[in-house]
Amino acid sequence: MTPRFSLLLFVMAGLVVAFVPLPVPPIAPQERTFRIEAGQFAYSPSELKVNPGDTVTIQLVSTDVVHGLYVDGYDISIEADPGQTATLTFTAGKAGSFRFRCNVTCGAMHPFMIGKLNVGSNNWLYRSIGVALLAVVGVTLSLKQKT
Amino acid sequence: MAKIVLTRNPFIKNALKSRYPQLAVFIVMLVGYIFAILAGLIGTPVGSHNFSIVFVWIAWWAILILVAVPFFGRGWCAVCPIPLPGEWLQRGAILAPPDKKPKWLNLRVPKMFRNIWLQNISFLLLALFSSVLLTTPNITGIVLAAMLFAAIGLSTVFERRAFCRYLCPVGGFIGLYSQTAPIELRIKDKQVCVTCEGKPCYNGSSAGYGCPWDVFPGGLTKNTYCGLCMECIRTCPHDNIAVNLRPFSADLAKPSTRMDEAFKAFIMLGSAMIYAGVLLGPWGTLKDAAYNVGSSAWFVYAIIFLAIIFVILPGFFTLGILNTKNVLPLKQRFASLSTALIPLGLMFWVAFSLSFVLTNASYILAALSDPLGLGWNLFGTATTAWQPMLTTVLAPAQTLVLVGALIWSARTAQKAANEVKVSSIPVIVYSLIVTSIMLWLLL
Repeated sequence: MTPRFSLLLFVMAGLVVAFVPLPVPPIAPQERTFRIEAGQFAYSPSELKVNPGDTVTIQLVSTDVVHGLYVDGYDISIEADPGQTATLTFTAGKAGSFRFRCNVTCGAMHPFMIGKLNVGSNNWLYRSIGVALLAVVGVTLSLKQKT
Repeated sequence: MAKIVLTRNPFIKNALKSRYPQLAVFIVMLVGYIFAILAGLIGTPVGSHNFSIVFVWIAWWAILILVAVPFFGRGWCAVCPIPLPGEWLQRGAILAPPDKKPKWLNLRVPKMFRNIWLQNISFLLLALFSSVLLTTPNITGIVLAAMLFAAIGLSTVFERRAFCRYLCPVGGFIGLYSQTAPIELRIKDKQVCVTCEGKPCYNGSSAGYGCPWDVFPGGLTKNTYCGLCMECIRTCPHDNIAVNLRPFSADLAKPSTRMDEAFKAFIMLGSAMIYAGVLLGPWGTLKDAAYNVGSSAWFVYAIIFLAIIFVILPGFFTLGILNTKNVLPLKQRFASLSTALIPLGLMFWVAFSLSFVLTNASYILAALSDPLGLGWNLFGTATTAWQPMLTTVLAPAQTLVLVGALIWSARTAQKAANEVKVSSIPVIVYSLIVTSIMLWLLL
């Protein structure tokens, strides 16, 4: 096998690992409600898990200053005044892992006030590790071919 | 790919030989640097609205780690304003030809400090306080001022740029990673340097100053300690200095055997992973511990931080290479094989910075119009709302960067392993494991 053909093979295998759709067991969408307490500079709970298609309601309660919650990838946000509860409802239509973060300047560590929303399993992480593994195998084999 | 001699182009050569273009950039940088100090000290305490935080830790950092270091190596050092006041004081001149008589003590840096251990320590000191440093304008202002005064102080005691070469917390890692850059300054013909009388590139002449970085260009084989100040281009009487374009990571083909550089690779690799977990992760307890400097939680954080960098990461690496049968001492194998972590560490920082910079870049426009947070609106952008950028492509971009880093690291490991005649597999497996951890932290 020529090195170019091997490279092509590994690139194609990498694309398969990265992008080929996986079978998803059908799970009926549910309504899920989370009460998140926001205080300088953390959310509690800081990780949420839902299934794709779920209707998610977030009740954001600020325990000190004004805080916000912006969900990456969904581009939606809410703000909560101290002691007040703000509510955000959305359909978790996109699968994957998304950071949510404070979008109201709330103090020194504000840029790092971050939480995580997992919609279904974090397939992109597993795919990425798979591609990394494939890359290592590819490099090792190509080096062995050379020697 | 063959090297391309950039200085063959008369425009580039003249621009590098003349002091004026560099001086113009220096002055702009120095003004910006002093303004960042002042903004940190007198501007708003709200970091995301203060020029010092936004321009140093978002704009400058993005340019440095995403562009300058990967593509220009020590390109930043070539225009860095920190050594300037000290150097002008040391020389007693800004542009005038050098006076042979030293103006100050002009001592040689003691031999025990002629390595990058002090840079490793200064970086770690800042890294341990980074949560405060990155978010608190007056602390950023104080640190920037301290670096400027340290550079001035060292210039009056020691010869050349002692601060840049031996103490700068940023210069250490720029030097390490500059080995991967596709640009280099090298001599054209070694024989010309051997027969050159007086070695003006190192000792200075009426045409210019001796190498401020204490490097003899005739012996340059790596980018690590060449600050690209271009002084040797001006002083070489034989036109024997060239700036070349070359393949990426050309310097890594010959691995280093220095432990200070090996540990720098671990410090940078570990710091990127710790920052990814602490700053970008969802764990509030870690953020609290990192931010509350002096608290018992912070001391635990500091101990864990140092343990990861000095014990856990190098420990597993050592275990991996322990069984590789070889006559070379373990120390030498450790130092040589850790070369593979240089491209890996650089790309870990790129992946980490992509997330941090793209999320916070929109603060730049607001800070540009209102740099001190005093309600100004100089360019009409003061009210620009915070908006993360490119969040949908961030994860694929980070995967691409990290998988690319792993391939780069594996190929570097193979070259280093060939040099010390051991198997590269343990280092490649190690790189795969730390890359998987980084993927988990970022995705």
